[in-house]
Amino acid sequence: MSLILGILAQSGGAAGSASSYQSIATVTVGSGGAADVTFTSIPSTYTHLQIRGIINKSTAGDVAMRMSFNSDTGNNYTYHFLDGNGSSAIAGGSANDLFDVFYPISTTSSIFSGAIIDILDYANTNKYKTSRVLAGTDLNGSGRFGLKSGLWMNTNAITSIKLNPSSGNFSQYSSFALYGIL
Amino acid sequence: MSTYTPIATQTLSSAAASVTFSSIPQGYTDLILVVDNLVDTNGYCYLRYNNDSSSNYSRTFIVGNGSAANSYRSSNQTQIDFNARTSGTGYLNKMQIMNYSNNTTYKTALIRSDMASAESDAFVTLWRSTSAITQINIISPSGSGIQSGSTFTLYGILAA
Repeated sequence: MSLILGILAQSGGAAGSASSYQSIATVTVGSGGAADVTFTSIPSTYTHLQIRGIINKSTAGDVAMRMSFNSDTGNNYTYHFLDGNGSSAIAGGSANDLFDVFYPISTTSSIFSGAIIDILDYANTNKYKTSRVLAGTDLNGSGRFGLKSGLWMNTNAITSIKLNPSSGNFSQYSSFALYGIL
Repeated sequence: MSTYTPIATQTLSSAAASVTFSSIPQGYTDLILVVDNLVDTNGYCYLRYNNDSSSNYSRTFIVGNGSAANSYRSSNQTQIDFNARTSGTGYLNKMQIMNYSNNTTYKTALIRSDMASAESDAFVTLWRSTSAITQINIISPSGSGIQSGSTFTLYGILAA
């Protein structure tokens, strides 16, 4: 027996759904590329944030995607990760550093890296801010994928988020969507 | 704007050879497929998009089994292998299909696959097609191997 769930009644969109998961803003990179994507004036009314992205860098060379909060580009971040490169698992971390979300960004034009970043309790002013990441790239024969946790060692509420390649530009069609979870 | 909308769900009441989500609406940004308690007598299932059985799939993944972590890769596959248990409590597979409806890029998906009594896995997968995903096929490798109680739910997320 095979089951086929035909979905004919819904033609798209999410109108009418009652959800605690809400879209805040989306940025898609245009034809000229972009050195960074920044979400500003993030409302403090949610409990958690999530960023979902597809990412590509137009120029060759393996670089990480970096994330910073509230324009803090100092060495105020700590992270640990578990990655896989297809042949071995790699665990590591760094303290008092910038926050490299994942490595490397795809530079193959038709293949975009995928990333989902959860930023927990982002508006709480009593503690440092923890993020967790599921991100990577498969290139049909190479690639890397992993899990990461990051800490911003600052008690300020997060009101802006900047994403950028550690060098070079995001290429056209790279896209980042910011969501709030109540 | 609220989103994370259930599109369709199915809990098997008897064994099945496949489960297909067809005519998937194109109005969302990402899809999330949650397959809970996945039991297949073969120990795994195939997942395909748009019923494409060409060698257009690949994956890179990490596995933790309680004593070691490892990483593996499969290239030029005719399907994405989905973890299933042969009996008992099945795997929980949560698949995030990014920008599924665009006609410009190949399709990347991120998967967490967990079986608390055995292992915890995570995958990045690639479908080398620029076609929009309109159908998702979960297929037993042989016979009606997908067992009753396996639950399949598809959600859509719409970006602003």
